Formats: sequence, structure tokens, C-alpha cells
Amino acid sequence: MMTADTRAAVVEALRAQIAATEQGGRGCSRAHAVPFGIAAIDRHLPAGGLLLGAVHELQASGPDVEVGAAPALFAVGVLAQRPGPVVWIGRTGGVFAHGLLQAGLDPRRVVFVDAGRAVLLAMEEALRHPDIAGVVCELEGRLDLVTSRRLQLAAEGSQVLGFVIRRSRRFNDPAFNQPSAAMTRWRIGTMPSPAVLSHAPDVPGLHRPLWRLELLRCRGGEAASWIVEGADAQGRLAVAAVLADRPAAPAQRRAAG
Amino acid sequence: MVIAAACSKSRGLGLRVGMPVAHAQAMVPELVVADAALADDAHALERLAAWCLRLAPLTAADPPDGVWIDVTGCAHLHGGEAPMLGLLVEHLERQGLHSQVAIADTPGAAHALARFGGKPVEIVAGGGAADALAPLPVAALRVDSRTNDGLRRLGLDLIGQLVTTPRGPLARRFGSGLLSRLDQALGRVREPIQPVLPPETISIRRTFVEPLSTAEAFVSVILTLVGEACTLLERRGEGARRLDLVFERVDATVQVVRIGTARPSRDVRHLARLLDERVEEVDPGLGVEAMRLVLPLVEPLNYGQQASGLVADEAGAADLSELIDRLVNRLGQGKVYRLQPIESDVPERSQQAVPMHGSAGTGPWMSPWPRPVRLLRRPEPIEALAMIPDHPPRAFTWRRVRHRVIHADGPERITGEWWVRSTELVAVRDYWIVENQEGRRFWLFRQGDGIDPTTGGLAWFLHGFF
Repeated sequence: MMTADTRAAVVEALRAQIAATEQGGRGCSRAHAVPFGIAAIDRHLPAGGLLLGAVHELQASGPDVEVGAAPALFAVGVLAQRPGPVVWIGRTGGVFAHGLLQAGLDPRRVVFVDAGRAVLLAMEEALRHPDIAGVVCELEGRLDLVTSRRLQLAAEGSQVLGFVIRRSRRFNDPAFNQPSAAMTRWRIGTMPSPAVLSHAPDVPGLHRPLWRLELLRCRGGEAASWIVEGADAQGRLAVAAVLADRPAAPAQRRAAG
Repeated sequence: MVIAAACSKSRGLGLRVGMPVAHAQAMVPELVVADAALADDAHALERLAAWCLRLAPLTAADPPDGVWIDVTGCAHLHGGEAPMLGLLVEHLERQGLHSQVAIADTPGAAHALARFGGKPVEIVAGGGAADALAPLPVAALRVDSRTNDGLRRLGLDLIGQLVTTPRGPLARRFGSGLLSRLDQALGRVREPIQPVLPPETISIRRTFVEPLSTAEAFVSVILTLVGEACTLLERRGEGARRLDLVFERVDATVQVVRIGTARPSRDVRHLARLLDERVEEVDPGLGVEAMRLVLPLVEPLNYGQQASGLVADEAGAADLSELIDRLVNRLGQGKVYRLQPIESDVPERSQQAVPMHGSAGTGPWMSPWPRPVRLLRRPEPIEALAMIPDHPPRAFTWRRVRHRVIHADGPERITGEWWVRSTELVAVRDYWIVENQEGRRFWLFRQGDGIDPTTGGLAWFLHGFF
């Protein structure tokens, strides 16, 4: 009779085998991921964080899809924890370097590329380069299976972290829901943040932003959603205070109201 | 037999180029005649053109008796155009060469003025080519003798007359050659010059038994050419900064692919790949019978020790030059850049794109106050309801969508920079970070401080997103 422990160990070993097969024998372990530092999220993700050598799709929720501010901050926050240069592919003037710095990413580390229509081509080129921390690509338009598979293979070869920020002028763009070969797909939505001083709601000022992180798709994992506090000056997320000192369910109801 | 060239003394005696030798000997009985060595002359002219490379990077022999020097952007190195020409004439004099020199906007105009201008040194200011050419004979336009005679028969002796003559009849009578020469001289048509290469330039050529026309064949030839070039570079301790790959087609035209690198390189794989990516731009036509790889720009490349693996690399220290080369090669110059801080409080002025030159951006990035991650290139007007002077808006409308403001932080006052524009002397912007009912954060500002109307008109704008 199998105990729960041995069963878990066997499942773990099988998972590792599957991952190794998927990666063409290179193997994948928890060392190849960027943890969020939030136990609930890291435990949920099969790699224990955002897997390196993989492409992750990010999208905003609601009307923010046009601007993509929260996804950009999310990507910046993750890349801030990795050493090395970052390649940012998008339109000129899309990113404000002072804002990058305040989210933890030194603009001196960033190489900007204005690729026009060839964003995905430029991203694949950059993903093949093993000496960089990550690639951020701001994409307006479709990301089909073949292209995303190419990106994913390029990232697996170089172990570089790739982010595709999906942007669109349309409110509910159906292109966002098409399947892709990306490792994960996240939706980063903003939520009303609490007052700075909970006992004195009329005091002006801004709390840390509150995000609803939705893991829409995850290879080898299940979809889930969390409420977190947005990236701080080091780019780290935090358990939302409203959740930290209260049970989750009432907090969510409160946030929705 | 005719006279091909005559010295100044014999010209003084009435001898002319093109005169039969018998006629000349009848005029001057003790004349010394030597056989012309045209091939040697051409060779000497090439050497002279290479010698002129000390003046400017682009020079070309202009047979039978001229040298073209493209001095664009080089004159200041010699203290201006006039001192430069003085230097040139002096050097040539010392070598025993008599010279006439002219600088003009176009090779054609310079050619004409040097030979027919009459002055030993002639400098035509920019845009003055037409006026300077007007009093010269039409022969100065490099036209053949039949055209020249025909024009004279029509009474068109000077270039100035030719310019005012209707072009249609001229083209009908003399063909398009005359008009294209005229246009080249006046700068209406570009005239490229075939530059001579400095003797030490690496240039490797491969000819093929059968013309090639497929991309695969080109790629394999590129690998061979680049391999040879890199061997030569390694022997000289240099790396290539620019490579020209010349495809010589069967129909005697050439196609050129040019690539550049961010730092000197002699990596066969890297350079070959850069060239391979551009092969698809080449139209092989009926086939390519020869390919030539020229390295017009090389720089010293020394072996350096790689950074130690024990200590963590500094930010951005990794070598990205290969990636940058490839991206620049595909997307074009200026599409790959870094952002550099500029000391300015006005947000849209505080960053600047600078081209990648391998070095990391300089200067500290600092802003004590929160800045958005996305900045609109131009602030967009919004309609806002706010109490003045120092309250955030209660609500605002941007692109016809109404946002209720739940939380806000501010104001942060930014004053105009009167040293940039005098109209900004009293201008003021008050910035607010506001959060709407969905939790989205915006960066808004109001023109003016809300008290003194001269500081701004109290209009509200959206400038960024957090």
C-alpha cells in the first residue's frame, strides 16, 4: 500500500520525466524558474515560479488592454530579479524609463528595439541569444500556434525568459483567446486599492496597487487566480494586505463591491 | 599618328592635342616625340587616386587625365576647402605634376571647371554650379566630338545657352546622352563615382564556371569568402566593421549588399549569417558570374580576457553585439537603441533614445517622485471636474470614457524650463496620480497653479499610466 508521501514522490518523479521529454532531454527543475515569493502562487505553478526558457503571455484586463500598463509592470518586476540585459521590443516611446527604474529594472540594462511589424521576428532573434535575462515583446495582433511554437523552441534553446504583452485596440479581442504554444498565459487586472489608512479612509494618498492575477492557461498546471499587491520598487509582488489579515472569501467579496 | 599629350612649352609653340605628328614636326622641326603608354598612364592615374586618399576617403581615377575626390565632410580636417586645395596643389607640384583643381557640387561640374575654368584653383560655393558652368564651352560637359560639333553648328557654344534651350528638340537631335551629362553637371541626376580602394583593403573575388542564381549557392560561396577574409583579418589582428558583398551579374551589372557590425568582428559564423540574411534582397537576374567580398572598414581587434565567472557580471556587461548587429541588419539603423536620461523635470524631455555603440548608457536615472511606466508621447486633453487650486479631479473623461476618481496623490508641481523656451518662464504643471473605480492608475496634470492665470489655462491632460 502506497503512503501519501511515496505517492507524491512518484508523481513528482513522473512529472520531471514528462518535463524532461518535453524539453528534448535537457531536463527542467525548480532551479530554472523565477519564484514570485508568494507561497500560494509558487506552490501552484509546476516549476515553482515562472519557468525560464519559456514564453509567457501577458494581457491586461478590460480597457487597459490598449495600454498594457499592468502587464508591463508585471514583466518588469520579474525581470528585475534576473541579472543581465533585457531586450524590449515595441514601438518607440512606449516605455518611460523612469518608470522602469521605479519598478526595479535599471534602464541601462535595457536594449530597446523598434521592430515595426517584425516584432515576432525580432523576438525570436533575441530569444536565441543566451546571454540576456529576458525579452519583452509588445504585440498588437495575432499570435498563432506556429509562431508561438517557434518562440517557445527558441527560448528553450537559450533558457531565456520571454514575455509577450498582448495589446489591442479592441475591448474583447478574440485573438487573445486563440490557443498558443506559450508556457503560461496571464491576465493582470487592476482592482480598487484600499485606503492608505484603513481606520481613516478620508486621508488622501495612494496605497500599493492591487492586482488580480489570473493564470488563464498553464502547461502542466491548472488555471487559478490570486489577488496580490502590485510590484514594489524591487519589482516584487506581495500578498494583498486585505488577504493577509482576513480570510480570502470575504476579502474577494469586499474587493468586488 | 596624333599627339596624345603635350607639355606646356610645346603648347606655347602652337602644338595641340589631337594634331597629326607630321604636322607638328613640320611646325617644330626639333620636336621630341615619345610613344604614348596608355596602360602605364592609366596605372599611374590609379596610383595618384590612391595617393589622394589622404585627403578624403572616396577618390576615383577619371581617365585620361583626372582624379575625382569626394571631399564631402572632409574639408574641415584640413582647415577649409581653400587650404585643402592649396595643400593638394603644393604636394602635386613637389612631385612634378602640374594640376588644375576645382571643387563643385557635382563631379560633372568639378570636372568641367578644372579643365575649362581657366583658374588653377576654383571653388564653387554650394548651389552655384549652374552660374559657374554657364560661361564654359559645351565641350566641358564630357560629350563626344560629334555632339560638340553639332551643337556648335547650331550656335550653341556655351553651357548657359544649352540650359535655356528646350530639352525636347535637343534630345531628338543628340540623344539622351547630352541631356544626362547636363543633368549630372547641374546635380539633377546623381552620378556615383567608382571609388578606388586603398591598397591594403581586403578584397576577395570568386569567379564561377557556371553562373549561380540560387540562394543556397550564394550562401555556400559567402561562407568561403568570409572564411578567407577572416583568416586574413586574424593575421593582421583586425576585425571587420563593414562588409560589402558585390554580386557581378552576367549582364555586366552589379548588386551590392552592405552590412555593418557594432564592434569589430572576425567571427566567420556571425559575419556569414549577417550576409546570408540579406541574400534574399539580391536579384540574380540571368545569373551571377562572380562574387567579391570587400572590407572597406576594419579596426584593430585584440584578444581580450573574458570576464571572470566567479563574480557576477555587471548590469548589461554581457556581449550583445552579435544580437544588435543582427537586429540592426534586419530592421535598419536607429531601430535599436538605449534610453539615456536627460536632466530635465519635464517628463517628455527627460529621456532620449541614443544609438547602441556597445557601451551602456551614462548618467544616473533618478526621479524622487513616482513616474509611470507608460508615457503618452503627447499629453492628451481630458475633461475633468476639480476644485482649484489644490484638489485632484473628482472625475475625468478621456476618449469619451468617464473615470471616477477614488484615490489620488499629488500635486507634484513641475515648472517650465525658461532656458529651453522663453514662453515657459512662468508655466506650471501640477501632476496627480489618480486611481479610478477599476483600480487603474493614471498620471494627470493641470496647466497652471490654479491661482495665477498667467501660469496656465487650467486645462487638464492625461500623460501616463501606472
